[in-house]
Amino acid sequence: MRTVADMRPGERGTVTGFSDQELSIKLLEMGVLPGTEVIMKIIAPFGDPVCIEVSGYNLSMRKNEASTISLL
Amino acid sequence: MPDSHKVKVALVGNPNAGKSSLFNYLTGLNQKIGNFPGVTVDKRTGQAQLPNGQVIDLLDLPGTYSIYPRSMDEQVVVDTLLNENAADYPDVVIVIVDASNLKRNLLLFTEVHDLGIPVILALNMMDVASQKGLDINATALSRVLEVPVVSINARTGAGLDRLKNALTIPLGPVTPPLYDVLALAPEAIAETKKQLELDHNYKAYQYLINSPTLPSLNGDGESIAKHIIQKHDLEVRVIQAHETLERYSMIDGILAKVLSRKPTQEQRQFSNKLDRVLTHKVWGYLIFFLVLFLMFQSIFAWAEPMMDFIDLTFSALSDFVGSVLPDGILNRLITEGILPGIGGIVVFIPQIAFLFAFIAILEESGYMARAVFLMDKIMRKFGLNGKSVVPLISGVACAIPAVMATRNIDNWKDRIVTIMVTPLMSCSARLPVYTILIALVVPSTSVLGFFSLQGVALMGMYLLGFIAALLSAYVMKLIMKMKERSFFLMELPIYRMPRWKNVGITIVEKVKTFVFEAGKVILAISIVLWVLASYGPGDALTNAEETVQKESTHLNLSEEEMNDRVASYKLEHSYAGYLGKVTEPVIAPLGYDWKIGIALITSFAAREVFVGTIATIYSVGSAGEDNTTIRQRLEKEKNPKTGGPMFTPAVAFSLLVFYAFAMQCMSTIAIVYRETKGWKWPAIQLIYMSALAYLSALAVYNLLS
Repeated sequence: MRTVADMRPGERGTVTGFSDQELSIKLLEMGVLPGTEVIMKIIAPFGDPVCIEVSGYNLSMRKNEASTISLL
Repeated sequence: MPDSHKVKVALVGNPNAGKSSLFNYLTGLNQKIGNFPGVTVDKRTGQAQLPNGQVIDLLDLPGTYSIYPRSMDEQVVVDTLLNENAADYPDVVIVIVDASNLKRNLLLFTEVHDLGIPVILALNMMDVASQKGLDINATALSRVLEVPVVSINARTGAGLDRLKNALTIPLGPVTPPLYDVLALAPEAIAETKKQLELDHNYKAYQYLINSPTLPSLNGDGESIAKHIIQKHDLEVRVIQAHETLERYSMIDGILAKVLSRKPTQEQRQFSNKLDRVLTHKVWGYLIFFLVLFLMFQSIFAWAEPMMDFIDLTFSALSDFVGSVLPDGILNRLITEGILPGIGGIVVFIPQIAFLFAFIAILEESGYMARAVFLMDKIMRKFGLNGKSVVPLISGVACAIPAVMATRNIDNWKDRIVTIMVTPLMSCSARLPVYTILIALVVPSTSVLGFFSLQGVALMGMYLLGFIAALLSAYVMKLIMKMKERSFFLMELPIYRMPRWKNVGITIVEKVKTFVFEAGKVILAISIVLWVLASYGPGDALTNAEETVQKESTHLNLSEEEMNDRVASYKLEHSYAGYLGKVTEPVIAPLGYDWKIGIALITSFAAREVFVGTIATIYSVGSAGEDNTTIRQRLEKEKNPKTGGPMFTPAVAFSLLVFYAFAMQCMSTIAIVYRETKGWKWPAIQLIYMSALAYLSALAVYNLLS
C-alpha cells in the first residue's frame, strides 16, 4: 500500500488510515485525519525526515513515521 | 483580597501558538522559575495586574497538542488540570489558539473546556489568518462555544486589555461539555464515577484513558481504573482515537458557522522559497554551519573580554576586601574562598547570555525547527536527535550553557544522552591545559609548509573530544532502556521576525537559573577546595615561612623566588597536598606523581586551574600566565626514579587525554544536577567520564613509554 513515505516532493495524496495505533493518535491530534489531503513539501537531504503540508500547516516527521500513514 | 484567594490563571496552548509571548506580555519580568513537584519540568509563574487593580497569579503550562501527554512536559499539563486538590489547580484557564490553524488548535481547547474548568479563548495570529484568507467571526465563535473569546496579538500586545478585562468579569457557571464522551464507554465511565466518587464524565474518562500515567491518582484509584478497564474489556487506544475523530467532526461543525474563506494569493510563497534554500542539501548545511560558527564565535571570542573583565573585577574586589578587613580566617575565607567562588559563577554569565540570545532568535524566527529537520538523520545514528546539535556544538565553548540548551529536546532519553556526552566536547577551559602540554612535547615545526604541528595536535584534541562524544552517545543508546516511545512529529512554524522582548526575557531567565541554582553548588565546592588547598594537618602551614627560610638560607633567593618557594611548600603540606600524595599510587600507572595529583585535585574547580597549580607547586607561581616560564620549568623537572625528564611525551599525552575526557569541572556537575533535578545523572557522568579518562590515559601512557 502506498504511504506518505513513498510520496515525491510536490505530490498530493489523501489519507486513508494508519498502521501504528499509538502513533495514529498523535497524528490525529495533529490534524492528520482520514480523508484529509496531504502535500509532500520537503524531503530532507538524506531522504529523512520529510515534511508534509496538512490541515493548513507544515508537519515534519521521520520516514518510518510517514510510512504508517496510508494513502488512497 | 488576601493573597491566598488570588485568582489562579493557567495558560494552555499548542506549541508555536504564542503562549510564551502572551505570558511575557502579561507578566513582564515579574516572573519566576520553579519546579513542578517530582518532575524535571520547569514551572514558569508570574503575576499580572488587572484593570480593576486585582492581582492574579499566572501559570505558564508547557505547550501541547492535546491533554494526552507524549512527554514529561505535556504530562504536567494534564496533571495540573485534573487534580482539583493540587495547589496549582487553576480557577481559570486561558487557552491561546493560533487562528491561522484554528481546527487543530481547537482540539486542545475543547478537551480543556470539557474538563469543567472555566476557560477563556484567546484568538492569536488573526493577522496571519487573514493573510491566508481566513475570516473568523469571534463573536459567533463565542456564542457557539459559550465562552468568552478575545482576539489578541501576542506579538504586538494588541487586545491584551480586552483579555485582562475578560478576566475581571466573574465567569458564569461552567457550560456542559462540547462533546460528551459517555457514549464511548457508558458502563465503564458510570462505574468509574461511582467508585472514585466523581461527578464528571470526562474526568472519569481521563482516569480510564490516562490512568497509567496520572500521578494524581493514588494507588487505589489506579488499581480501580485498571480493574474497570479489564472488566469492560476497554480498548483504550481505539476509544481515544475515536474521541479525537468525534471532536474533529464537531469542530468542523463549529468552523462551518464561524469561518469563511476568501480566495487569496498564497501568502506562504516566501516561507516556501526560504525553506527550499534552508533545507537544501548544499545551501542548507552551509547556512547551518555558518550559523553555528557565528554562535560558536560569540561564546568563544566575543564573551572573552567580558569574562576577563569579570575576572579582573573580582580579583580587584578580593584585593580591596583583603586590605580593608583585619587579617585572619574570615579575611582569607572571604578573599580566597567566597569571592573567587562567586567570581567563578559570574564569569559564565556572558557565555550563557550569548548562547541563549542565539538560541532564542533561532527559535523565535522558526529556523531552529529547520536545523533540527536537517540534522536529525545524522544525529540519530549516534543515539542523539536533531535537537542535540546545538548543545553539542556549544559544548566546544563551554559545557555549562550547552547543558542548559538541552532543555529544547523533549524526548527524555535523547536529552539525557546529550547531557551525558556534551562535556566530552573540548571546552575553552581545556585550552590552557592543552596549549601548555602540547608546547612541551610537540615540536613547533610545520607540516606541508604552513600547518604547525602543534596546531595539528590541538585540532586532534578537539576531534578526539567530538569522536568520544559521538561514540559514548552510541553506547548509551544501546544501554539505556526507555519506556516512553519517542516521536519526531514536529511542526515547522512559519518564519517570523523574532520578538526581542522574548529574547531578552529568555536571556535573563537562563542567567538567573544558572546563578541561583547551579551557583549554590559551585560556591560550596569552591569553598571546600579552598579549604583543602589552604589548610593542612599539624602546624606545617603556620610555620611555612620559617621552615622554607631555614632550608634555603644558603641559596640567596630574591624575595619573589622566596615567595614562590613558600607557596609551593604550603600547597605541598596542605590537605590537597596530602591528598595528592595519597592518590599517587592510583595515578602512578598513568605516569603521574603527587605533584600532578595535586593539580588534578585543585583543577576540579575548573580545568584551567591546572596551569596555576602546576606553576605554584613548581615554585614559579609568580610567573602568572606566562607560559614560557612554566614550560621551561616543566622541561627541567626530573623524574626522581628514572633521572630523566618528568614530562616525557608519554606523560604529557597521557595528561592530554586525561583532560580531554575527565569530568574536571564542578560547574558542569552543578548544572547537570540542576537540569536533571537530582544527583543520579551527575554521579553517573562523573564516574563514566573519570573511568574513560583513566583508562584512556593508562593506555596512552603504556603505548608511548
